[in-house]
Amino acid sequence: MNEAKITELKKLATEVRLGILEGVHAAASGHPGGSLSIADILTYLYFEEMNVDPKNPKWEDRDRFVLSKGHCAPALYTVLALKGYFPREEIANLRQIDSFLQGHPDMKGTPGVDMSTGSLGMGISTACGMALAAKLNGKSYRTYTIVGDGESQEGQVWEAAMFAAHYKLDNLCLIVDWNNLQIDGKITEVMNPTPHDKKLEAFGFHVISIDAHDFNQIEAALNEAKTVKGKPTAIIAKSVKGKGVSFMEDQASWHGSAPNDEQYAQAVAELKATI
Amino acid sequence: MAYKIGDKVATREAYGNALVELADKYDYVVLDADLAAATKTGVFKKAHPERFFDCGIAEGNMMCVAAGLAAAGKMAFASTFAMFAAGRAFEQVRNAIGYPHLNVKIGATHAGITVGEDGATHQCNEDIATMRTIPGMTIINPADAVEAAAAVEAAMATYGPMYMRFGRFAVPVINDPATYKFELGKGVNLKDGSDVTIIATGLMVSMAIEAAKTLEAEGISARVINIHTIKPIDKDIILDAAKATGAIVTAEEHNIIGGLGSAVAEVIGENYPVPVVRVGVEDKYGHSGKVPPLLEMYGLTPANIVAKAKAAIALKK
Repeated sequence: MNEAKITELKKLATEVRLGILEGVHAAASGHPGGSLSIADILTYLYFEEMNVDPKNPKWEDRDRFVLSKGHCAPALYTVLALKGYFPREEIANLRQIDSFLQGHPDMKGTPGVDMSTGSLGMGISTACGMALAAKLNGKSYRTYTIVGDGESQEGQVWEAAMFAAHYKLDNLCLIVDWNNLQIDGKITEVMNPTPHDKKLEAFGFHVISIDAHDFNQIEAALNEAKTVKGKPTAIIAKSVKGKGVSFMEDQASWHGSAPNDEQYAQAVAELKATI
Repeated sequence: MAYKIGDKVATREAYGNALVELADKYDYVVLDADLAAATKTGVFKKAHPERFFDCGIAEGNMMCVAAGLAAAGKMAFASTFAMFAAGRAFEQVRNAIGYPHLNVKIGATHAGITVGEDGATHQCNEDIATMRTIPGMTIINPADAVEAAAAVEAAMATYGPMYMRFGRFAVPVINDPATYKFELGKGVNLKDGSDVTIIATGLMVSMAIEAAKTLEAEGISARVINIHTIKPIDKDIILDAAKATGAIVTAEEHNIIGGLGSAVAEVIGENYPVPVVRVGVEDKYGHSGKVPPLLEMYGLTPANIVAKAKAAIALKK
């Protein structure tokens, strides 16, 4: 990827981060930490990778995306808004009673949301269903899903992993947001799912490990995934929770709490300084 | 499949047969969780292996895979025992199928205590209760094989999430396949009467007819209504019966809490209060045994319907 493209994507991802913070701050609730950790990957997916049409959100040949870690909806909403599914101004109404931006993704209310999620462990299974439907209907679309590292403690994630490999869903790409933090602390201390890569390999996945904040690595992994036949691909994306906001980085306490006015102002200043 | 009045056929058999018979008419796939031989989706698997997907013993995943298929435009039937469909996978059904109102049809077999010998862990008397709390979920509990087959086709022809409840035990065919018409959401008046109304569902419908005959011989005129669609429930037929007979007894192979009896009592209590007495599993777990003595043990008999009908009449003001 050339430098200009990287600069452009970084700027977009910063815009996504600003949207996450604006929404969570306005709502005075929500999940900034994990939203910030997936901002770069979501930006790349929607602006470089996925074949989608914001003018026709239900286009049946579109690539699908399922945010299995549904609490990171602020990231998805901002990407969808920037992509043109709905006005960017709506982000300020996150979680409000008169908004279609629910606390967790709602496929019936929000243009561009392919699946309602929020209860952990389920999104990956629904993504399997979408990938299977593509095979049954002879369609070439691909299905992407982002699962949290903590979410992977849900047994259903592994039920879905078995299913994906058993039915050879090579049109499915699982991305694990590996920020090593969950509400109660470090993943590895709360309930250790490692070695995550070895486990997914044992379940029949082609596994690629990357830095979740390096666009070259994101691009290379997603390109490699498309070449893999006969098995699903898992990208283990090592990320920093709270990425981009100094006082939120690598802090479990920012999993599900909103910044106050002062903190918000500081976060915005930090992010704007990078553009 | 040609069923004849008086034949004894489990509704699960009719479910499996209907999936095969309607395969060319409707576009759907069938999922199961390692129980295809028992749920009878196995006959569909044999006929259309390319449209059948075993999910292994992983019911939560199965329900969500069905949701994903439906979200991508593919109607999916998901089958397992009622215990696991409405119990174990309740939250998957609620959040991944119900909340987005997806076109998934849950074919839950082995409902109620007529599972028999497998006993309490497999006898689900709570499924109607849990499924009834999911907004937008349609619930169908057919009385016999004819009704079950018709319900399956109605499910295919109607968009939206549905929970279909089938039994393991062979029950008498009471509907004439030549004349039977299934109307989703409509109760069926099987017999008129003026003193009391028996509102029954599933295998209790044939017992309700028997009970009405016994009551008739004792000079009590009993109306009999079959409620195959428990949600949305047919309020009109229930309120007409309340007004005409002034007393109601409900009969179901399910806990008396949360099932048909509760649904009927809700309609009656909010619109036209008359006595409602419930026949069903009286807030107990199941037990191993042969089906006939189990039905006796839990009071799922024509004799108990007769006794409760008299109790309802005695409560009239």
